[in-house]
Amino acid sequence: MNASLALVAIMAVLFAVGVYLLLERSMTRVLLGFLLVGNATNLLILIASGPAGAAPFFGEEGAMADPLPQAFVLTSIVITFGISAFLMALIYRSWRLAHADDVQDDAEDVAVGRRGASVAAEREVEGDDTEFGTRATAAVSTALDLDEQERLQDQESITEQLRLRELMEDRDGDPWAR
Amino acid sequence: MGALTPLVVLLPLLGAAAALTQARHPRIQMLIAVGVLSTVLVLGIALLVAVDANGATAVELGGWDAPFGIVLVVDRLAALLLVVSAAVLLAVLVFSVGQGLADGDRETPVSIYYPTYLILAAGVFNAFVAGDLFNLYVSFEILLVASFVLITVGGTELRIRAGTVYIVVSVVSSVIFLAAIGLIYGATGTVNIAQLSVRLSELPPDIQLILHVMLLVAFGIKAAVFPLSFWLPDSYPTAPAPVTAVFAGLLTKVGVYAIMRTEMIIFPGGALNTVILIVAALTMIVGILGAVAQSDIKRLLSFTLVSHIGYMLFGIGIGTAAGLSAATYYIVHHITVQTTLFLATGLVERHGGTTGINRLGGMLKSSPMIAVLFFIPMLSLGGIPPFSGFLGKLALFEAGAQDGSVLSWILIGSGALVSLLTLYALARAWSMTFWRHADEVASYENPLPAHSPMGVATDVSTVRSTPRIMVSATAAMVAVSVALTLFAAPLFDLSSRAGDNITGPGYYITTVFPGALK
Repeated sequence: MNASLALVAIMAVLFAVGVYLLLERSMTRVLLGFLLVGNATNLLILIASGPAGAAPFFGEEGAMADPLPQAFVLTSIVITFGISAFLMALIYRSWRLAHADDVQDDAEDVAVGRRGASVAAEREVEGDDTEFGTRATAAVSTALDLDEQERLQDQESITEQLRLRELMEDRDGDPWAR
Repeated sequence: MGALTPLVVLLPLLGAAAALTQARHPRIQMLIAVGVLSTVLVLGIALLVAVDANGATAVELGGWDAPFGIVLVVDRLAALLLVVSAAVLLAVLVFSVGQGLADGDRETPVSIYYPTYLILAAGVFNAFVAGDLFNLYVSFEILLVASFVLITVGGTELRIRAGTVYIVVSVVSSVIFLAAIGLIYGATGTVNIAQLSVRLSELPPDIQLILHVMLLVAFGIKAAVFPLSFWLPDSYPTAPAPVTAVFAGLLTKVGVYAIMRTEMIIFPGGALNTVILIVAALTMIVGILGAVAQSDIKRLLSFTLVSHIGYMLFGIGIGTAAGLSAATYYIVHHITVQTTLFLATGLVERHGGTTGINRLGGMLKSSPMIAVLFFIPMLSLGGIPPFSGFLGKLALFEAGAQDGSVLSWILIGSGALVSLLTLYALARAWSMTFWRHADEVASYENPLPAHSPMGVATDVSTVRSTPRIMVSATAAMVAVSVALTLFAAPLFDLSSRAGDNITGPGYYITTVFPGALK
């Protein structure tokens, strides 16, 4: 079977990047990773199905492309789409509730881990790598770095704003908030 | 009779659609859901009787011939599991109806609960009858997406946190499964299970091994097999009691069922049986050690669930007809009993306000009915003689002894130890919750960690009434689990016929391709 080397290379890169992102703690990156890995899998099915050919059922026998893998890919694209939508809703919900979009530790595991480490040290680690974290630094690393004091004040005001917005939204009556 | 097979999948899907249109009328939704599941239960029983009398049937959907179109295959194993899962889904549905009515729909706050539940049912049923790998993948996705919605229902912070882990892990396992399907199709040009069992054996052994391992990893995550079981005790306990019950009863068993098909029909050589046996022993032991350390009944039961998956793998790993028959009986037993225990825990939570055993007490006096409803399935899961758990384990141990290898004897030993530890963990939970006096609770110094995410419940002294529907649904499940003992002989005959059918791919192939297979 001859497979296009370009497709194989693209698939490999998509898998590699996707798996890397799946291993991240931030749910947004996990979502991106899932999308990449899903597309890589679709490419895998397409590559495995053999060379391109004429339209199935209309082309001549032998020159037709295999229609079955295309049906597989179509199905899996739809499934990926649905799950992505659900994941986005989940990320948004998690952000609304906890101001974090990262995969959080099992409460029991944390309880076990706390026996050794101080709570403060743990806070430091927790949530330092989220997409929307309130403590996020500038996206460009060379950006002007504010004074430590100013930055803290800045963050306090952001937190305050967020809290107020949350309160207002809650007052509007969120059917899910309980 | 076999022509009715597609209805088993179609009815819940159509029911879900119908229920969605009645979003503002929960009572109509409930009636639709109960009606659909009862019909499927009747259909399942009819199919089981027909299949047991006349042999397995295969239905080609849309009139497309077998290797090209979608085939639904019902053999004895599939029909038996259809009946059991339909019964369990129905009982849990009734339980959740009772809970919803009593709580003013606090646990099931949204109109999507019943439709999602029906879609979950459709996915489970479809997985049992799927005759090709891609259809199996699609049914996994159906049940997974429905379970994502159910596990995060209500959207509280705790459930979102637990759901995140569950969803990411499930999605990864699905991707592995899909990649395996792509590779299998590339290697053999088919996804029809019957045809695969012939064509895969013609591949070089190393390629076979890769494909085999990929499938087993994908199914192993779903079945919560050690070391792929880490997600289960973390995510199941936070869901509402009926949801946890149905997940614990059915979803992992769908994974076990897929492993059974993989081992017996897709890769019939038993190339990985040793690995499966070792993993089975580890699953049993690691799972139960987790259970012993828990102070929350829901978490404890989640760990016993992982542990008892090991018994089913033991039966599959032996690979003989006796082993498979025992595994089949054990699956039926475990679906029933584990669900019943989770339902009884739901009653405990409802009555006592928490599931943390450190804070419960005196319930034997205040609610003897719940005590009995918890006690019987507990004895059964722990393997006390008259009950089905004992019979299932005995059959497994007999099959292992017949096999007679060193590994089998090690598994028999660890199986006996694990059943003892199960009994220990559950009996401690029972005696603390029900037997000790309520006034002992305050002065009790617990050796187990008090911190528990579920233990943040209300004041223990507030005793709420338990609705009669919830109690009767649980009682019905207990009655079913007792019936597994009373009718053990016919049931065991049936499961040994089912086990005979799937020992080797021959029977399955002739079902799908009555003529010769090209």
